[in-house]
Amino acid sequence: MLKEITLGQYFPGKSVLHKMDPRMKIILLTVFIVFIFITKNYISLGIMFLSVICVILLSGVSMKLYFKSLKAIIFIVLFTSVLNLFYGTGEPVFKWKFIEITQAGINTSIFVAARIIALVLISSVLTYTTSPTDLTDGIEKLLKPLTVFHIKIHEIAMMMTIALRFIPTLLEETDKIMSAQKARGADFESGNVMTRIKALIPILIPLFVSAFRRAYDLAMAMESRCYHGGEGRTRMKVLKYSKYDFTALLVVCVVCIGVIICNIKLPVTLRTGM
Amino acid sequence: MSLLEIKNLSFTYGVGTAFEKEAVKDVSLRIDKGDFIGIIGHTGSGKSTFIQMLNGLIKPTKGQVLLDDTDIWKEPKKIRKVRFRVGMVFQYPEYQLFEETAEKDIAYGPKNMGLSDEEVKERVYRAAKFVGLKPELLKKSPFELSGGEKRRVAIAGVIAMEPDILILDEPTAGLDPNGRDILLAQISSYHREKENTVLLVSHSMEDISQIADKILVMNKGKMFAFDETKRVFARGQELEKIGLRIPQITKIMIQLKEQGYNVNTDIYTIEQAVNEIIKLKKPDRKG
Repeated sequence: MLKEITLGQYFPGKSVLHKMDPRMKIILLTVFIVFIFITKNYISLGIMFLSVICVILLSGVSMKLYFKSLKAIIFIVLFTSVLNLFYGTGEPVFKWKFIEITQAGINTSIFVAARIIALVLISSVLTYTTSPTDLTDGIEKLLKPLTVFHIKIHEIAMMMTIALRFIPTLLEETDKIMSAQKARGADFESGNVMTRIKALIPILIPLFVSAFRRAYDLAMAMESRCYHGGEGRTRMKVLKYSKYDFTALLVVCVVCIGVIICNIKLPVTLRTGM
Repeated sequence: MSLLEIKNLSFTYGVGTAFEKEAVKDVSLRIDKGDFIGIIGHTGSGKSTFIQMLNGLIKPTKGQVLLDDTDIWKEPKKIRKVRFRVGMVFQYPEYQLFEETAEKDIAYGPKNMGLSDEEVKERVYRAAKFVGLKPELLKKSPFELSGGEKRRVAIAGVIAMEPDILILDEPTAGLDPNGRDILLAQISSYHREKENTVLLVSHSMEDISQIADKILVMNKGKMFAFDETKRVFARGQELEKIGLRIPQITKIMIQLKEQGYNVNTDIYTIEQAVNEIIKLKKPDRKG
């Protein structure tokens, strides 16, 4: 049951996107997200959506997995777009009692839905094609300039690596503990909210205990290998930009310019700030 | 009528995904009341998946588990009842402890069964006695106990439900040799006193050969052998071929046979071996 969570999981592969430098992927992802949100008409939104789909196809990861990550947010998408349907001013297209739906409302709700979906999809591409270690390496390198403000970037990156590393371990652990308690007659499926919350205690306590135990063990293992923080630490794999990164940069620039031109030249469909 | 009948049981992980893997393939067997069955096999041979289907923690993709001739999945809502009758002690069970005191932790299972307070208390003390826990330890927090004591508390937590069938998955993993012997002896005496059915999963042939009446050998998800201990060890060479280590004494007998001595190879204890060799020395007395 818990094993089906795919959000934030890495799928090894040999695609162009897998070969890209994590720093470039993070930068381009940020650019993509910004541009998803500055689209102002259906043409520019369409361009962005199309490029998201192209990127997904390039990633070489099965489409099924992307649908799975969408499944997790389907409720948020529906909720926000339905809510947005009733906002918006102008001539109502549909009227029933006090409910009014305007053309502007329809437009906003389509935009909101499309933007959230595109956002989740493009972010999934990053986590699916980048191993957690590469990802934190990339973040560490990109945030390096912040050390000027005495922010301990290496420590933050290390914490992120460890946290990501332990997600599957803890999920597996939860599964095991749940089975063990079920074997002792635990019941997680019936009763009211309070009894259900109480039923979680036999899972949460052993889980916390084991998380702390693992943390101590890991700290011990790191110290016995003389870990002393980021200072003077060299890397086994030094990040380097390659031809893939520059090509990707160029392509994203072209797409962005396209979106900007569409935004300026074509009529604006979306007037609200959202 | 068998207590537990397993019919063509199969289980496949991740059906319809790229990670599809058949963990258990078409296993059929009967377990009678009072059996003490040892289950051996490699890591990944499907033993853990197999035992988890017996108490309904995993639903088989094919086949049936019949408890007293009723399919345990006949009424999915009542699966908890099955779990009370088929008790399961997982590997490293001490990681499931959570209550403030050892006593309360052992009482968790019986309480879930809806028993009265007195009955629960009585069962807790009985279970603690079976696993050799001193009564003063029961008032302590389970997290203050030593590793071996924690394991005992966890096992007592399942025994206190007084299941008809007790399944233990590697109960001795990580214990020192002395602790291992004591625990196995306790399980064995519990089995004799209660006259219930015990299934014990273990890596160690030596352990299993000493206490089990029957042995189930799993290999690559399939049932390789299921028979009386003696008969299983008579197939020692086959067992070695699938990479299982047979008891040293059985190995010695096999080697003796290979060197031309007329001995039986279905031997797994030192006493049996001694008798067999004595017989060899006195050829006049037929054995």
